[in-house]
Amino acid sequence: MQNCNKTKHVWKKVNSETLMKSVFWSCAALTVISITFIGGFILFNGLPFFAHTNIIDFLLGEYWMPSGEIFGIFPMLVASFCGTLGAVVIGVVIGISTAIVITQILPEKPANILSKTIDLLAGIPSVIYGFFGLMVIVPLIKKYFGGISGGLSLLAVIIILSFMILPTIIRMTEVSLKAVPNEFKEAAYALGATPLQYIFKVQLRAAKSGIITGVILGIGRALGETMAVMLVAGNSPLIPESILSPVRTVTANIAMEMGYASGVHQQALFATGVVLFVIIISINVGMQFLIRRLERS
Amino acid sequence: MKTKLLVSLGMILATGAVFVGCGSAQDQGASNTIKVVGSTTVAAPMEKLDEAYALVNPDVTIEVQGVGSSAGVKAAGDGTANIGMASREIKESEKNLGLTETVIAKDAIAVVTHPSNSVKDLTMEQVKDIFEGTITNWNEIGGADADIIVVCREDGSGTRSAFEEIVGLEKDFNGKTVSSVVQTAVIQEGNGAVKATVASQENGIGFVSLGYIDDTVAPLSIGGVEATVENTLSGNYKISRPLLILTKAEQSSEVTEFIDFILSDAGQEIVSESYIPVN
Repeated sequence: MQNCNKTKHVWKKVNSETLMKSVFWSCAALTVISITFIGGFILFNGLPFFAHTNIIDFLLGEYWMPSGEIFGIFPMLVASFCGTLGAVVIGVVIGISTAIVITQILPEKPANILSKTIDLLAGIPSVIYGFFGLMVIVPLIKKYFGGISGGLSLLAVIIILSFMILPTIIRMTEVSLKAVPNEFKEAAYALGATPLQYIFKVQLRAAKSGIITGVILGIGRALGETMAVMLVAGNSPLIPESILSPVRTVTANIAMEMGYASGVHQQALFATGVVLFVIIISINVGMQFLIRRLERS
Repeated sequence: MKTKLLVSLGMILATGAVFVGCGSAQDQGASNTIKVVGSTTVAAPMEKLDEAYALVNPDVTIEVQGVGSSAGVKAAGDGTANIGMASREIKESEKNLGLTETVIAKDAIAVVTHPSNSVKDLTMEQVKDIFEGTITNWNEIGGADADIIVVCREDGSGTRSAFEEIVGLEKDFNGKTVSSVVQTAVIQEGNGAVKATVASQENGIGFVSLGYIDDTVAPLSIGGVEATVENTLSGNYKISRPLLILTKAEQSSEVTEFIDFILSDAGQEIVSESYIPVN
């Protein structure tokens, strides 16, 4: 009898164990399934387009004229690239400096306040950034630089995007700077290094894989940002001639025209999505690869 | 194992039965279903008309599909839809389909500038030249010496295609007919965004649906005719378009009753929420 009870108990335990295991498994599976579905959906809707325009003409075509079924996204690729590059350059300079200030220079209390403020910056919805850009930054650009489109320009995009990626870069840099063991500092000082020499020659190098992760996450955010960019970019599908030219990014192109598009036009927008998807995935894969190499060395 | 198999078999059968049931129910209702297909511009008020009509006449089901004017004309012509919708005049090539046109409303597009702009009147030609980029400075048309900032809607927008068609903003490009709006034009999504952009740019010019006009932007008169409801209905204001419904000559009584409802006071009031009613 006792024996029987014992097996029952064990059976129950095993049962709940497997049950919970399958619950967790299915939750994990859900994530994988949704990414597969999203990817599949975009591919399914976008790939038929390449029967209409071949991929080379699509990627390198200079004209986007849906009214005549001419689809080339080269201007958008250039715009996205320039916008992201500009934002990352500004973001890295300001972001890393801010992180150094927070972790090394400021006393604990003001550093905490600064750190919390940056968290707030990360929580602002992108449309608010866009609105701010439209109401404040665009008129400022118009006033001081002019330009053919009254301030709606690549420059406005770069400024807004660098605001938006700052929190990511600062947070990642801060965490990885803090993770550098204190022994490094002691050793550096013992060898006669000044604080600045320590920060730039030892600490930043030791933290580089974390910083690079932050930068790449920032690139991802800048590339994918849509709403804020759409409001300040001017959205002309042209290769920008200067930093004051109006531009249209890849994401804005999809968001802007999806509403009324039909037929080949809609397929072209899905195909634009495929291109964006491929770019983002390659950045992610590249990041994994880079970080693994950095960690090994 | 066996029970599981039986249960799943049972479920499949049950699902099948439900689907068959649905199918037959739909077949029975076919005679009372009105298919309305065409322009997305007309589809928006049509859906509201459908809701209102369901209260008046619950026996009739109305299916509204917004697929574009050309598709609507085609569907009405080949009989796949009972009613076609179009937000433009019927083209010559479409006349031979033998469709009856009924204007249910009119939509006018106003060319707007910043209120501080001294230019208040343009001809159709000048509007075309500005949007094509041949006129690039306000002083060429009697305004201040400042570069014109052209603001335009996104491709695919009904308002944009109507504007391009009425003003004649089309050109030939590598053998294809494309929009001739200047490539450097600022593109904004939606009437509201165009209005906001023009309101914030002293040298901007854009176009919005007449219903969107308020005092943040100044509507221009075209060839001396102001953009007003009266001038649109009388046909004097040229940048306007009819919202049409199209039917074949022979129609069931359900269809004619629905069209009568659209043109009735109740129907026109629904239409007037966003367009200019004709009655």
